[in-house]
Amino acid sequence: MKPLLAAVCIALGCAAVAAPAASAGLALKAGVFEPPRLAPELALRGSDGQELKLARYRGKAVLMSFGFSSCPAVCPTTLATLAQARKLMGPQADAVQVIFVTVDPERDDPARLKTYLSAFDPAFIGATGKPEALDAVRKAYGVSARKVAMSDGYLFDHSSSIFLIDPEGRLRGMMPYGREAKDFVHDVKLLLAK
Amino acid sequence: MVRRTYWRAALAACVACAALVLGALAWAAWAPLGGGSRDELFEIPKGTYARRMAGNPVEILPDTIRLTLGVKDVLLLRNLDEVPQVFGPALIMPGQSFRLPFEVASTYSFACTAHASGQMNVIVQPGPSGPWQTLNWRVRQLLRRAS
Repeated sequence: MKPLLAAVCIALGCAAVAAPAASAGLALKAGVFEPPRLAPELALRGSDGQELKLARYRGKAVLMSFGFSSCPAVCPTTLATLAQARKLMGPQADAVQVIFVTVDPERDDPARLKTYLSAFDPAFIGATGKPEALDAVRKAYGVSARKVAMSDGYLFDHSSSIFLIDPEGRLRGMMPYGREAKDFVHDVKLLLAK
Repeated sequence: MVRRTYWRAALAACVACAALVLGALAWAAWAPLGGGSRDELFEIPKGTYARRMAGNPVEILPDTIRLTLGVKDVLLLRNLDEVPQVFGPALIMPGQSFRLPFEVASTYSFACTAHASGQMNVIVQPGPSGPWQTLNWRVRQLLRRAS
């Protein structure tokens, strides 16, 4: 009788492997922070030569990534995707601000960032500053960046996700590297519609 | 007479149980997956930071997480501790959760300072197709929950 009882338990257990209802919330393609918090403020130098603060972009959706202008693969791919997303947004593109925060202040001064980012989209803005200021920003966002020595210089091993900040300045989501431009368009439209 | 009645009752019970087993297995094999939560939840319990500071290693998030498209394809990380925690790819505030959906089967690597390797992998597999794979998936889920 015991094996039969065990079989019944297993069978019923299998039948019961259906979980509770899906959780509600903002249906972004990106990872969503719930509840959202105010995005940590920046106190950096913009590639436009001005002080760069997130407060400047209230009313816009902000897409913020971390990287460096000498990055051979990840950063150019991300920036090209974000440029494509802005194009796909059409007239709403003006309501989207891309901010690229360098992890390499030694080489990325405002002028270099401006030249670099203009190749993707002239509306992109770069952010640089003193190493300790950039460290503080990375810590506030949970971003890692590690300098790696190469035979011909150095690179950075860094977090590659893109942060999504809503028009009220709240950190709503984080898109992993590699997602398509249409995913950003989907999420930004949701953020702007709120 | 009593013995014959006993055996009849036992036989009826066996037949009923067998029918129940077969019915449940058939359901588990043919009933469509989905409709329930697709969240794969990992939580940082309260007191984790204090235990780490006291020198006790705490492993919550495995180096590799396996998800299944269309069934369990949302990584849900929740911080129940009293301090911010880097949990997988995200910095999560106390009481906050991070919910990351996946739509493409692939292997995703994230920088993660919470792991000794500095990296966390999420392997997203295609969902089971066909009754045998569906049954197999449900049995594996059941065994995982039981362990």
